[in-house]
Amino acid sequence: MDIKKINETIQMISEEHFDIRTVTMGLSLLDCIGANGQQTAEKVYKKIIDKAGRLVATAQQLERDFGVPIVNKRISVTPISLLAGNSDYEGLLAIAHSLDRAAADVGVDFIGGYSALIQKGTTPSEQMLIESLPEVLSETNLLMSSINVASTKAGINLNAIRKMGETIKEIAEKDPLANAKLVVFANAVEDNPFMAGAFHGVSEDDAVINVGVSGPGVVKRALETVRDQPIDVVAEKIKTTAFKITRIGQLIGTLTAQKLGVPFGIVDLSLAPTPARGDSVAEVLEEIGLEQVGTQGTTAALMLLNDAVKKGGVMASQRVGGLSGAFIPVSEDAGMIDAAVAGTLTISKLEAMTAVCSVGLDMIAIPGDTPAATISAMIADEAAIGVQNNKTTAVRVIPVPGKGVGDEIDFGGLLGRAPIMPVINRSSEKFISRGGHIPAPIHSFKN
Amino acid sequence: MKRAVVTVIGKDRPGIIAGVSKTLAEKQANILDVSQTLMDTIFTMSMLIDVTEIDAQFDDLQNSLKQTGDALGVSVHIQREEIFNSISQI
Repeated sequence: MDIKKINETIQMISEEHFDIRTVTMGLSLLDCIGANGQQTAEKVYKKIIDKAGRLVATAQQLERDFGVPIVNKRISVTPISLLAGNSDYEGLLAIAHSLDRAAADVGVDFIGGYSALIQKGTTPSEQMLIESLPEVLSETNLLMSSINVASTKAGINLNAIRKMGETIKEIAEKDPLANAKLVVFANAVEDNPFMAGAFHGVSEDDAVINVGVSGPGVVKRALETVRDQPIDVVAEKIKTTAFKITRIGQLIGTLTAQKLGVPFGIVDLSLAPTPARGDSVAEVLEEIGLEQVGTQGTTAALMLLNDAVKKGGVMASQRVGGLSGAFIPVSEDAGMIDAAVAGTLTISKLEAMTAVCSVGLDMIAIPGDTPAATISAMIADEAAIGVQNNKTTAVRVIPVPGKGVGDEIDFGGLLGRAPIMPVINRSSEKFISRGGHIPAPIHSFKN
Repeated sequence: MKRAVVTVIGKDRPGIIAGVSKTLAEKQANILDVSQTLMDTIFTMSMLIDVTEIDAQFDDLQNSLKQTGDALGVSVHIQREEIFNSISQI
């Protein structure tokens, strides 16, 4: 074996913050539906313990064998609204707590799937699930929730968006940090290993292992070797680096799946930051040539980065899926935090950036007195970008009661810290209170 | 055959190769190939070893090598071979 290759690999892992961001077991819970909510809750707990009991130990063994840190071990489950059709409210709460307890007992970091897909319409169980969010998210620790309110095929459910704006405000009153566990999607994907938006879609296997790779630090270091060279060299460099990163994701994912005796699902080719310095998507963009992320040129640089990551990763993996691209959460990225504090990075610019990258307005803290209609309107804007451009978009904002621009909130751990960012204070109330449904765009009529 | 790569990096001093080899021998890990070089005063060594016989005790070997490294003042890593192949071969 070539000694140079050995050193390169070791350097990628130990010095450049390469890690596997997440190994996620997707689990179908459709076979757990009982005669009522309480029965469902018991079956759900049992299935998670049965299927995911060895997940954490297996992942830890692979970390040791290969010397690659796996930052998060997670579970995603069938959208819970689908299990709750015959539950009453108490039963639904029982299911939520049973998920949280199962996650703690198997030792995973998060469990995702307290979700509802309501892009076109809302069933009573979906309505109930949304009503329960303030209570559930403030009372559980590991449970994550996502609500899909729009899709290219179905259009934008403005009623649902209005409700979500109000719900986010309500959650903030109970526990501001709980909103970090809720994401509102347009065009949600069924095989996404990233929280808070992970759930296990109905078209998936009974159990499956999905992997999300990380590695902005590795990309940044690679780009340092091509300083002052033309931009196509940059694109090429990102591509080859993404290829290598993805190969490790593929290896770890396949082995985890093999050891647990379940099929391997997808590698999500994403550059996802962590709050640690040197592991930041913002720093990659700055290495491309921006003085600070958020300045003019940011959207173009991000488009190049996102596209090159996908091109490099696609060949390296057997099956690619999920969201795939660059993530731009504010609180989880040291460079984004700096830019937001300096005022270079605004919500408007972030919104523009979401048109060319994965997901959307993510982990953004806003003033506590932001009206619900303004939050709904932010969601509607993001949904419009997703629906019109055939891509996934999302909103995860955190209104912080009692705090305003200039203050900061600390989430701790992987969720990082965020400055409160200014929101435009002109009302969107009349628009949002119209309710109803924004029709699907003309290009949705493809069959 | 199951193989792993041992890498050793640290300030040069007498006894590094002897110490690491001794631990490997004690644990019944067969050395297949060694590459060693001195970069300025930094000692670097990569070893390809056969771990087929002791696959189940991989953790144990990993811990022993770490202790040996600590005693010698160098950092010792052992990783299974697949990860290197996976990155650099299509």
